[in-house]
Amino acid sequence: MIQFSHVSVLYRGSRLRALDDVSIAAPAGTLTAVVGPNGSGKSTLVRALVGQVPLEQGAITVDDQPVSDARRSALARQVAVVTQREEPAFPLAVRDYVALGRYPHLGLWRGTTSTDTAAIADAVARTEIEPYLDRTIAELSGGEWQRVRLARALAQGGRSLVLDEPTTFLDIGHEMAVFELLGRLAADGMAVLLVSHQLNLVARFAHRMVLLHRGRVAGEGEPADVMQASLLESLYDWPLVVARDPAVGAPALIPLRSRPRA
Amino acid sequence: MTLPRWLALLAALLLVSVAGVMLGTMHLAPGDVLRALAGQGSEVELAVVRSLRLPRVALAALVGAGLGSAGAALQGATRNGLAEPYLLGVSGGAAVGAVAAVALHAPPFAIPIAGFLGALAAIALTLVVARAAGGRGDARVVLMAGVVVGAFANAAIMVALANAQDNVVRGALWWMMGSVSDASWPQVRLAAGYVVIGVFVLLALARAIDVLALGEDTAAGLGVRVARVSLSVYVAAALLAAGTVAAAGLVGFIGLLVPHLVRMAGARAHRAIIGGSALAGATLVVAADLIARTARPPAELPLGAVTAIIGVPFFLARLRRLA
Repeated sequence: MIQFSHVSVLYRGSRLRALDDVSIAAPAGTLTAVVGPNGSGKSTLVRALVGQVPLEQGAITVDDQPVSDARRSALARQVAVVTQREEPAFPLAVRDYVALGRYPHLGLWRGTTSTDTAAIADAVARTEIEPYLDRTIAELSGGEWQRVRLARALAQGGRSLVLDEPTTFLDIGHEMAVFELLGRLAADGMAVLLVSHQLNLVARFAHRMVLLHRGRVAGEGEPADVMQASLLESLYDWPLVVARDPAVGAPALIPLRSRPRA
Repeated sequence: MTLPRWLALLAALLLVSVAGVMLGTMHLAPGDVLRALAGQGSEVELAVVRSLRLPRVALAALVGAGLGSAGAALQGATRNGLAEPYLLGVSGGAAVGAVAAVALHAPPFAIPIAGFLGALAAIALTLVVARAAGGRGDARVVLMAGVVVGAFANAAIMVALANAQDNVVRGALWWMMGSVSDASWPQVRLAAGYVVIGVFVLLALARAIDVLALGEDTAAGLGVRVARVSLSVYVAAALLAAGTVAAAGLVGFIGLLVPHLVRMAGARAHRAIIGGSALAGATLVVAADLIARTARPPAELPLGAVTAIIGVPFFLARLRRLA
């Protein structure tokens, strides 16, 4: 369970808060999605969780333990984070990259144990990346790389997972595969918090949606509650309708042509 | 890296070290060297082997180990394949500190301490300049900041030397070009202290550097305290720069070249890259010093000039990849 309670973040040199009194809960066994327009504070949530931006006020807890700088590796054993962008600086085999997920469990000098090996094998099996274990990261396609990153996060062995735009640059097939995998992880009891632009897929897979706008929570609830044309239209500043997906019945957003400016 | 490659690296270091003791103005056969090591042979042979060449080879090896491992750690932690103590201005800062200590007639043990303080100041200055230029994440901006700080350090040394006596200036210039020609056992012991501590700290940080090389946000998510680990790497690199600069002056490009060679040999984890770079750096500097004193006898080339001649084409090739 990941919980943001009344979190505010103010970047240095900025007058507007990137997050302003935001409270979000991502309980175990659910897929919780944070959506919102560009610049709404979605990525700041993730950076605040890993301690890369200081909180002006409020608190973040994972499994009821407060997030603090003093217990970074304990936190990394509870929650894994897949950031929006990641470019390893040097060539690395997929096998070695996934093994880095065990970093928070290792001491300074100790070698890997059978627990580490088992966690890595489990993560590899769940993400189905065995075929590319011996390739280098540079040789992976976009979809393969995202799954490998997920495997690294699962190898951390926590019960919570946070992902920032995990399907950017992926085609429909790979995107669906990632969403289905996240759905399975939530069904297995993990707390999955997903930041995404893909409103329609989120509405189909997520149990709960949180809509951020200018650093504030503008709406939250089940997908049907949040996917309201009037609400989304004003936030995204674009005319749209919300229909029902004919195949699965989930609410689906359809953007219209821009209105002629008055 | 595989075991045979580690053994080859060790063998190469052993080989150039033996060659380093054998070759010079007075060539010695392997048998002569062994006899001198055992305390037999002529007085001249004993003096050449035990008081001149052995400490010189040992000091060159320590300098190379320090620069190689510092370069490997800096490249990993800054995610910048062009990072190394010399190009980041760290060595230059250490040189300013060391020259200041010499000018103030400080005792020998104080010279690397002053160098350490100078190196720390240079790192801080490089990071501030890079941030002001808006590109702490851009390898080229950080590099430019480092080169500028290094040039500033050189200028500071020149100013400090302006009123010095001729023989002091000559000695200082020789030292700014890098040299281990004045090697002595007390110097070797002093440098060994710095290099052993510095390399040990970097090896302890190696796993965190592996994660840091993935990017700061990802590293933070994996439990690395990014600011603290980065600072520790800088401090250890400054310690190594101080120890090597106090012993041998400015020797450039070793920290740049060696980690790439070690990675090309198959090292992926930073424990292997840092350890391998210590060995390969030692090998390369012992070999470079051998070239420096045997290429144009009886004259000696500055060690830093030899490493620069080897390193600059390599640097240009890496720069082309970045552009």
